[in-house]
Amino acid sequence: MNSVLGDKKAILILLGPALLVYTLIKLVPVMWSLGLTFFTGNPLSGFEFIGIDNFTRFFGDPQAIAALGFTLKYAVIITIAQVGLGYALALMYVFVLKNASSFVRTVVFFPTVLPTVAVGLLFSSLFAVGDQEGPVNAALNLFGIPSVDWFSTGGGTFTVAIIMELWRSMGFFAVLLYAGLLDIPEEMLESARLDGATGWKLVRSIVLPLSLPVLLSSLIFSANNSLKVFDTVLALNNGGPGGETTPLTLYMFRTVFSYSDYGYGSTIAFVLTIMCFIVTLFIFRSARRDNTKA
Amino acid sequence: MSTAFTGRRKRVFVQVIAGAGAAMLLLSACSSNSGSTGSTDSVTEFSLLTPAENSIIRDELATLSTDQCAAENKALPLKSETVAQADVVQKITLLASQDALPVMYVAGTAQVKPDGDIGKNNLAVDYEKILTDLGVWDDILPAAQSTVKAAYGGNMASLPFQYNVEGIFYNKKIFADNDITAPTTWAELTAATTKLKAAGVTPITEAGKDGWPITRLLGNYIFRSVGPDAMEKVQKGEAKLTDPEYVAAAQAIADLGKADAFGAGITSRDTDTAYAQFLTGKAAMIYNGSWMLANINDPAQTTIGADNVGFMPFPAVDGGAGNADQWPANAGAATATSTKAYGPKVGDWLKCIAENYGSSVMKNQSVISGFKLNTPVTGIPPLTEELQGVVSKATETVLWFEALMDAKTTSDAQTNVSLLVTGATSPADYMKLLQSDLDQAK
Repeated sequence: MNSVLGDKKAILILLGPALLVYTLIKLVPVMWSLGLTFFTGNPLSGFEFIGIDNFTRFFGDPQAIAALGFTLKYAVIITIAQVGLGYALALMYVFVLKNASSFVRTVVFFPTVLPTVAVGLLFSSLFAVGDQEGPVNAALNLFGIPSVDWFSTGGGTFTVAIIMELWRSMGFFAVLLYAGLLDIPEEMLESARLDGATGWKLVRSIVLPLSLPVLLSSLIFSANNSLKVFDTVLALNNGGPGGETTPLTLYMFRTVFSYSDYGYGSTIAFVLTIMCFIVTLFIFRSARRDNTKA
Repeated sequence: MSTAFTGRRKRVFVQVIAGAGAAMLLLSACSSNSGSTGSTDSVTEFSLLTPAENSIIRDELATLSTDQCAAENKALPLKSETVAQADVVQKITLLASQDALPVMYVAGTAQVKPDGDIGKNNLAVDYEKILTDLGVWDDILPAAQSTVKAAYGGNMASLPFQYNVEGIFYNKKIFADNDITAPTTWAELTAATTKLKAAGVTPITEAGKDGWPITRLLGNYIFRSVGPDAMEKVQKGEAKLTDPEYVAAAQAIADLGKADAFGAGITSRDTDTAYAQFLTGKAAMIYNGSWMLANINDPAQTTIGADNVGFMPFPAVDGGAGNADQWPANAGAATATSTKAYGPKVGDWLKCIAENYGSSVMKNQSVISGFKLNTPVTGIPPLTEELQGVVSKATETVLWFEALMDAKTTSDAQTNVSLLVTGATSPADYMKLLQSDLDQAK
């Protein structure tokens, strides 16, 4: 085996095809998009080289800054809540429901398989106001609380978007973290219990450190996904009202495909890529320490 | 080692840049089109791309293809495709850059103007020249000709498959029950909304989710108060949307919202809901265009009865430079014909459409178009006849608020108007945003 992996030709033959495909479908478009950040225009009108004007424009564009702010706010809240709720559910599966958890796991996981756009439309109906009042406002009315026009304000839409995304994805993170928790040896938990560690103390001292790798993966996964949120906010209220729930992805999409400015759209995509990169690096670095060692 | 590596990396980098440059040149090359109209047909079918949301054109051309235009269809069969309205600009940009435009296609308003991507690259025929050559230019109503040219920067870049006049449809019974006569001034309109609100009726319903029904109100207020050339002045830089008279118009619309004239859920209300509210008697008024006649004339939808629906112009503004006789009008979405695809058989199709479409669409769909009615149509519903009278008598028309704006300003106008109506943004800030977009686009 060592002799095969020591042969450069063998490595090239083994890795070459995969590397070629990866380069063609991943790296080339990324580099292409990076190149476009220095141009303005579209395939029809042609491209004009403008240097770093797109980047200057980005940092002076109030809509881009607002989209950046919304993206960060959404990502932070969703990441913390998604992983937190998922972890709490996973703990419940392992320590409370134990072997009887499969039904609950399936039910909680179910929304994950639904198309996001369908979920968006479902929630826009649930929270509707006016002639086609949704059940949420109807329930509020039952308690004497007047109907709320959730989608007329950025805050209202944001609240619905958070509830919707958590409902949709917490089951997925619960299953992911549940798989991590199952890897913790029962003997270790048992000996901790014999040493008097139960409840929160057991979770904090044994379960949490041992499940940190999968927790870390979940955080990276969640942060990157929520930074790239698109379909949920589009289906829920089209990024509105106004641009109040418009993330960078939606702003990028509109810039490229509705306003036909491929260069500026690529610049927004580039900023988003850098953000994802920084967040991933930050999470990795902050959790470099191996918590399983003393 | 390091130098060799750096050298190799430089070479690779240069190759990548060169490759990207070559590909961009290819793309740029695709964008230039000689645009010469051929004397032979380069196409084997009459491909038609229309907005998925509006079936009027494709349905009527399909009917014509089996009737008056059967011979043209045999020579060049009709093949219809659709695109979501929101994806039109994207799709047309890509198709045009790949030299794959259909024979007849919907395009973005800004794209077909002389300085737009389609106009600049000569990718759409000049219908005035083509139809004059074919001897059917007179089949386009003069009012429709001027509306199309005004909307597309002087270009006859679209055929008036629909000729829409816009105004306020109202429920005659609700008005009578509340002792209201059709308002002729903005002050009368706001007084009527107050009265209706007090009576527990939603005064005006609009599809606020789409944005444009509200910006139409804003645009019309501007045309009535500042004058019919108000938006042209903004486009030419002679006036700014941040000028007090323009901000006052935004204030008037914001005040309507503040008075809850649109009812609960205006910002998320879609077209179907707004139509249903009006047609079932839950709302007293709706600002809309003559395309809504298809719904009004459908007894299944109009439970209040089509006879119970009245139509009035957008009211005048006291002391304003415009008046209620200046009807807001448009000729539907821009529908262009590809310069490259144009040939004798396509010409035959266009001639047949010009001669027959007007009567056919009126007869089959009760839709008013900008084509002459060469075959008399009988049994037209009364309200449709009334609007047809408006079209034929209109001497001066105005466009819509965003007609002369670029794509981004249009989008910002429509998406942010909900904030104006709910009071989340001030009229001055709303107009400032749009003016800044216009300045950026210059």
